Amino acid sequence: MDINWANVFDWMILLKSFITGGIICIIGQILIDKTKLTPARILVIFVTTGAILGGLGIYQFLVDFAGAGATVPLTGFGFNLAKGAIEGVEQYGLIGAFTGGVKAAAGGIAAAVFFGYIASLISKPKMKKQ
Amino acid sequence: MEPLESKQTYQEYVDKKSPNSPILKNCFNAFWVGGLICTIGQVILNICKERGFDTQLSGTIVSIILIGLSAFLTGLNVFNKIGKFAGAGSLIPITGFANSIVSPAMEYKSEGYVMGVGGKMFTVAGPVLVFGISASIIVGIIYLIFHTQSVTLV
Repeated sequence: MDINWANVFDWMILLKSFITGGIICIIGQILIDKTKLTPARILVIFVTTGAILGGLGIYQFLVDFAGAGATVPLTGFGFNLAKGAIEGVEQYGLIGAFTGGVKAAAGGIAAAVFFGYIASLISKPKMKKQ
Repeated sequence: MEPLESKQTYQEYVDKKSPNSPILKNCFNAFWVGGLICTIGQVILNICKERGFDTQLSGTIVSIILIGLSAFLTGLNVFNKIGKFAGAGSLIPITGFANSIVSPAMEYKSEGYVMGVGGKMFTVAGPVLVFGISASIIVGIIYLIFHTQSVTLV
């Protein structure tokens, strides 16, 4: 298999993705430090924000600009869900709103459930050191 | 040291003694760790594209690899150390989602493999899925309402 490694390590794309992903994480860090939100709530906020921005068509610009820098953070997960729902509606109408989102994110959700369970099984619960 | 009389003087004393929250340092760490995770994702994405997968499938592959990696790193107790250092830098990328599944599952392993591991996996991931999927359905329905002329219902 021929892979053009110059394309893989195109530094401009990598830099864009690094900076965008980093900035999204800074927003999360400020939320952690400055508010009393629990991590669970912050994750929920990020996913929902991503879905809303995706629905409004704004997040697509960020994805086009930064690639994985925008899709790897959880906002990208929400964006993916919303995008899938919109594509589902275009294809199947109302039923697509229900099937499209999960279909688009199916790989990630299934992987999280499967690997999560396996990793928990093989892990050794560690007593907390005081 | 003189006794502290009022609540206010006590508060001032605490503020003076406690280290000011190192938000700048936290943000810096979150920035470069989060950026690095996204860059790793971008490298995987580029490799997938070079091998001829379409954008959608490449994105899914990136998610699966990052989720798998962070799930096992959490199981090996490595990820928690990264998380302590990087804060949101490892929480906000999809790695944090996998971490949020494995961490509680590990903790409640003693309660059994069905309700302990299988149930507690979703203490954090459950709300994320509930809100994410609900939001996507609402987005889909709103999109449907604004584009009814081009779409036939059902």
